[in-house]
Amino acid sequence: MSELARQTQEAANRLNLTKKDYVGAESTLCRGCGHDAITASIIQACFDISLDPKRVIKLSGIGCSSKTTNYFMNQSFGFNSVHGRMAALAVGAQLANHTLVPIGVSGDGDTASIGLGNFGHMIRRNIRICYICENNGVYGLTKGQFSATADRGTRAKKGWINPWDAIDLAAFAITLGATFVARSFSGDRKQLAPLLEAALQHKGTAVLDVLSPCVTFNDHEGSTKSLKSIRANRDALNEVEFMLPEPTDIHVDYAEGTDARVRMHDGGVVTLHKIKDHDPRDRTAALLTLERGRKEGKFMTGLIYVNENEPDLAEVENLGEVPLSFLGEKELRPSREALDRINASLMQ
Amino acid sequence: MTTPARNDVNICVATKNGSGSASANAILFKSIFKMGIPCSAKNLFPSNIEGLPTWYFIRASQDGYQCRKDAIDVMVIFNDATELQDVHKVRAGGIVIHDDSKPLRAELRRAGVQYIGVPAGNLVREHIKQPQLREKQRNMVYVGALARLFGIPRGTIEAVLKDTFGNKPAVIESNLLAIDLGYKHIEATGATQSVAQLAELPGGNDGKIMIEGNAACALGAIFGGAAVVAWYPITPSSSLVEEMIARIEEYRVDEHGHRRYTILQAEDELASATMVVGAGWVGARSMTATAGPGLSLMQETIGLAYFAEVPGVFIVVQRGGPSTGLPTRTQQADISLMHQGSHGDTRHIVLIPHDMRSAFELTWKSFDLAERFQCPVFVAMDLDLGMNLYSSKPFEYPDKPFDRGKLLGVKELEAQGGKFRRYFDLDGDGIPQRTIPGTDHPAAAYFARGSGHDSDARYSEDAKVYKEQLDRLRRKYETARKWVPEPIVENGSRSGVGVISFGSSMESTREARDRLRAAGLPTDHLLLRALPLAPEVGTFVADHKEIYVVEQNRDGQMTQILRDEFPKHADRFRPVLVYDGVPIAAGQIVSLINSQRGT
Repeated sequence: MSELARQTQEAANRLNLTKKDYVGAESTLCRGCGHDAITASIIQACFDISLDPKRVIKLSGIGCSSKTTNYFMNQSFGFNSVHGRMAALAVGAQLANHTLVPIGVSGDGDTASIGLGNFGHMIRRNIRICYICENNGVYGLTKGQFSATADRGTRAKKGWINPWDAIDLAAFAITLGATFVARSFSGDRKQLAPLLEAALQHKGTAVLDVLSPCVTFNDHEGSTKSLKSIRANRDALNEVEFMLPEPTDIHVDYAEGTDARVRMHDGGVVTLHKIKDHDPRDRTAALLTLERGRKEGKFMTGLIYVNENEPDLAEVENLGEVPLSFLGEKELRPSREALDRINASLMQ
Repeated sequence: MTTPARNDVNICVATKNGSGSASANAILFKSIFKMGIPCSAKNLFPSNIEGLPTWYFIRASQDGYQCRKDAIDVMVIFNDATELQDVHKVRAGGIVIHDDSKPLRAELRRAGVQYIGVPAGNLVREHIKQPQLREKQRNMVYVGALARLFGIPRGTIEAVLKDTFGNKPAVIESNLLAIDLGYKHIEATGATQSVAQLAELPGGNDGKIMIEGNAACALGAIFGGAAVVAWYPITPSSSLVEEMIARIEEYRVDEHGHRRYTILQAEDELASATMVVGAGWVGARSMTATAGPGLSLMQETIGLAYFAEVPGVFIVVQRGGPSTGLPTRTQQADISLMHQGSHGDTRHIVLIPHDMRSAFELTWKSFDLAERFQCPVFVAMDLDLGMNLYSSKPFEYPDKPFDRGKLLGVKELEAQGGKFRRYFDLDGDGIPQRTIPGTDHPAAAYFARGSGHDSDARYSEDAKVYKEQLDRLRRKYETARKWVPEPIVENGSRSGVGVISFGSSMESTREARDRLRAAGLPTDHLLLRALPLAPEVGTFVADHKEIYVVEQNRDGQMTQILRDEFPKHADRFRPVLVYDGVPIAAGQIVSLINSQRGT
């Protein structure tokens, strides 16, 4: 029985929808792509919290990750826009109808490079959105150039060495005032799905930086995450290592407070650390946690920061119950008398 | 001595910006307006906050011309830095008003020009107690001097001061004191002039409003239902949105105190344009206002809106380009960029206001057209129209209700049995049906994208499907020809000579045609109000063998569009191009037409 067929037999949620109601078009990404695993978690999370697909808008920019909004929730409106502009698109969409639930899916090129400015300003405005950055450190769709989240010193498939430090999107988001920042790994549905559920219900900007392995464009030696370098260091490591045959999805399941060493399809290894005893309401602690991870070479996962007390954009803009998009001429066009008064005031 | 021209004079005031001259000039201009005399004002200002040269033109025109006049009759030289050039700008027989607190430099003397001194510096030093007010009030002194010289009643000025500073009696008093210094000085010296005399025309401006084009657009946008405004400050468009901010709250707050609008200052124009598209896709009437550099940044998103078919209004207040160009000078050089904005094959709707009423009207109409055609709609303003004061008949209330085009709600979706094909040409006019997020119907949702898609909004790279969509978009543009504001045509000259003008070039063209007619060359005229070109344009082109196209750009951007549309008649079009950043004047048009005709 196929996965889809099995899922459709599952029970209905509070809206009497089955998981089938949350699926989308068939993915055209490379087999084993981490992005597809994230899509599965999104479907799971939306189903679990009985999110009405008609209230969801799916937004994306350009890149492999941005294609994925087509792969879930067929009954939702979607907009695959231009490179780097999804954050701004979301701001406009929220202003027009703040009762909608935007799910934004972006990649590290879209978010950390070409769209960093708009991403930062979206965060400042605390619009309601579940913003997922499917982070693989590489430009997949243009075949393997570095993104701004690639590690310094890593080697690209084309042989180039990356001379720049990676942008830490979680730290960036917290610094700019994000009210929900989480990190996870595409293959860790146990951690990712609940984080997505929380993010989808957060009244404000929820940023999820999700490490998502690229199966195609990192298959080479010389990367800081190369197989060789892991082997050389293996003895020193006591974390669980997940060795999975290519090209299936990489899945992990590990306890809070522990590490998981994940070998990516490219042979590189990422060390995940599931944070524990961490107060996500403490902004300073959140930044320190990320900094500790950076020093130790670990990708800290979990809910890193949350603040539920900040007003979102719709509140700041003082928008009413009825969204602007559903107001008509009666509400929007001032009266004939109003124009008469204006005309009179302009006669000097 | 010649007889002074009655109510016909062009005064230029040369000052430094940031010196308070703007306020003095406004008082002077409004006083002439209050006398009932048709008049207009133009501000030629620097891209700077304080200390650089600025020129303010006030034109009283018995015939009601509101464009810049080439010949300067009176020049007030209150800026040492430019006085040498300024004295040479006055026409022969004109007047130079100067501050003779110190003797006039010999090199400023010109034969055949009358010099009238007002010791404004000395007067304010003697009579204005607060030193910090002296520079500002020095400008009010020339207002008083001009008033006395040209016949503006002191009472009218006082009334204007009261209109302007109604609740600040101290300000009125101090300004009036300075104005009187100039007024009485001229009176005492017995200085007179015979260039022009202003005489009250009781009721002459009754029922007329006075406003800047940006404010007219702002009001048009409010009455057009603009609900989401995303913008990024840029000269000369900023005052448009600022006017909206100042006015919209009065009309758009609901009974619970919630806003029925939002105006968001974005981080850049990449964002403001994309916010417009995000909001338009979701279904709110959305807009931005920008100028050339901002329009350049918006290009990618404009293509997205075109291809994904999202409504949005883009008001472009054109300035001197390319690049930073002349940010505070006027041009009509973004016509091509608006019309064919973004990469790939695109064609956009562009509405072109030419006066205050049409700035209001075409702006509210732009929201209807954006929703009807599901695309970006441009309103092509320019700095001359946008930032200068014009008198106008009052605005007319919109004569049509909102047109939301082929927008389907739950009821409409039900009525067609839940069948909805987002990009399918159901009616053969190229315009598909549209739904918006939040519509509570299972058939409502679709996936918008800037990539190739089929009639059902599915991703497609199929050659035939792609071409079909491109052709349908072209069909939509063809349909728009009959929906956009039609041109205003004046025929009947029987000379076979036609003139086409648009936007802020219209008023100068009107004056130029009057002059040509007086000189024996009557012409027909077509005022273009929109792209795509309406069918009436074709008729006009067919009927005239010699057509002058008046434009404020170097390359004849509208001429290119006309030649492209009417290839058989391409050689009929003769561009009349003025592109130095200064508002076009009738004399320039006349001489460019005459030189092309060899007359």
